[in-house]
Amino acid sequence: MVAIVDYGVGNLFSLGSSFRSIGVETVVTSDPTVLKKADRIVLPGVGAFGDAAKKLRDSGLAEVVVAEARAGKPLLGICLGMQLLFEKSFEYGEHPGLGLIKGEVRPIAEVIPTDLKIPHIGWNALHFGARRHPLFRYIEEGDCVYFVHSFYGARCEESVIATAEYGAELTAAVAYENVYGCQFHPEKSGEVGMKILRAFCEKEA
Amino acid sequence: MITKRIIPCLDVKNGRVVKGVNFEGLNDVSSPVELARYYSENGADELVFYDITASFEGRALFTDILREVASTIFIPLTVGGGINTVEDFDRVLKCGADKVSVNSGAIRNPDLVGEAAKRYGDQCVVLSVDVKRVDGVFRVFAKGGRENTGMEAISWIKRCVDAGAGEVVVNSIDTDGVKKGFDLEMLDAVCNAVSVPVIASGGAGCIDHFTKLFQAIPTIDAGLAASIFHFGEVKISDLKNTLAKEGIPMRIVRLG
Repeated sequence: MVAIVDYGVGNLFSLGSSFRSIGVETVVTSDPTVLKKADRIVLPGVGAFGDAAKKLRDSGLAEVVVAEARAGKPLLGICLGMQLLFEKSFEYGEHPGLGLIKGEVRPIAEVIPTDLKIPHIGWNALHFGARRHPLFRYIEEGDCVYFVHSFYGARCEESVIATAEYGAELTAAVAYENVYGCQFHPEKSGEVGMKILRAFCEKEA
Repeated sequence: MITKRIIPCLDVKNGRVVKGVNFEGLNDVSSPVELARYYSENGADELVFYDITASFEGRALFTDILREVASTIFIPLTVGGGINTVEDFDRVLKCGADKVSVNSGAIRNPDLVGEAAKRYGDQCVVLSVDVKRVDGVFRVFAKGGRENTGMEAISWIKRCVDAGAGEVVVNSIDTDGVKKGFDLEMLDAVCNAVSVPVIASGGAGCIDHFTKLFQAIPTIDAGLAASIFHFGEVKISDLKNTLAKEGIPMRIVRLG
């Protein structure tokens, strides 16, 4: 059972459906007991970092997610959910994150040429570098996934497992032990996205 | 590198796709779910659904269908038609839409774009605009292109983008249905005026028109079409392979 953390941000319809399509049962929940019982946790998110981090903390779910991840439960953050895994964000001010992955969230405007559009929106190719992470074992170097974001994971070199080229090498995915994050939306990335979700679900819990 | 998007557009009336035709391997050509799956498997980068139903029952049917599409097809879905209030945004987003397209609703209520962007984020709000030349000036038309609003198009688009529209679909009434190619002059003017993604619509008749579009206007993000895909005149996979060979960045879906 995969628990999708419901803390009042974002549209969880597609996420639940995408797991169902690969035969994985999910539960959308804000109940700490359910999170504790789940085999895996998915942390979704859209919108602004500060607002989302506050909601996650105020609901008491941040504490549960961090404790479960530290105890070894596989955790996947998606889009803003990935950004929340970092130590802090500089999206409109400075906000603390969950601190599960070393690094910080910064505006892509700082690193991309000024003639490129922001947000980085659309399908872009994934690049793995020298070693391919198990999360990507069913897909190929250069496969495209769907991005929508204006901020990116910075100073997280040791946990980057995929990048996308958009006038700069942007962090596309990170992993540290049992904690994973995708800047893109696997649930909107067609077959390639489903293969990534499948790999996440097959990892030994 | 970010790829250029190819977007088929489906008009849905009373739960059925309008203008559906025969495709090999497709049992029900006017089933939005089957057609959406077919396009997705052939490499469509995104799907646009326009609800052209007027009745309340038809609208309910549309959201049922949207829910079914979103449960089976995992690419971005944009929904338009009959979006007049923030509640309309809510209704279709809950059914699995990723973006919501506003056209006449934004003209009737100039605050709609801003209110929706504030609640759901800029990336969620797509401004769709029907534009036609009148005495050499680009004018915004309402009611499916039947009524001249008198507004100058570029300033209208800029105003909506400033209010929070995250993407703009530009439909040229002058080239729509003529199948002689996209309205490059109009699209270039829009691309020069705004920094959000611009989606070209109206005029595509063959693969070559897409090649010309992306080569002539490097900042255009996507090409949208309906009938040439529905009538099978252009197959999306052929289109994308040809564009890729021309050096235009494309997402190529590997089969199997």
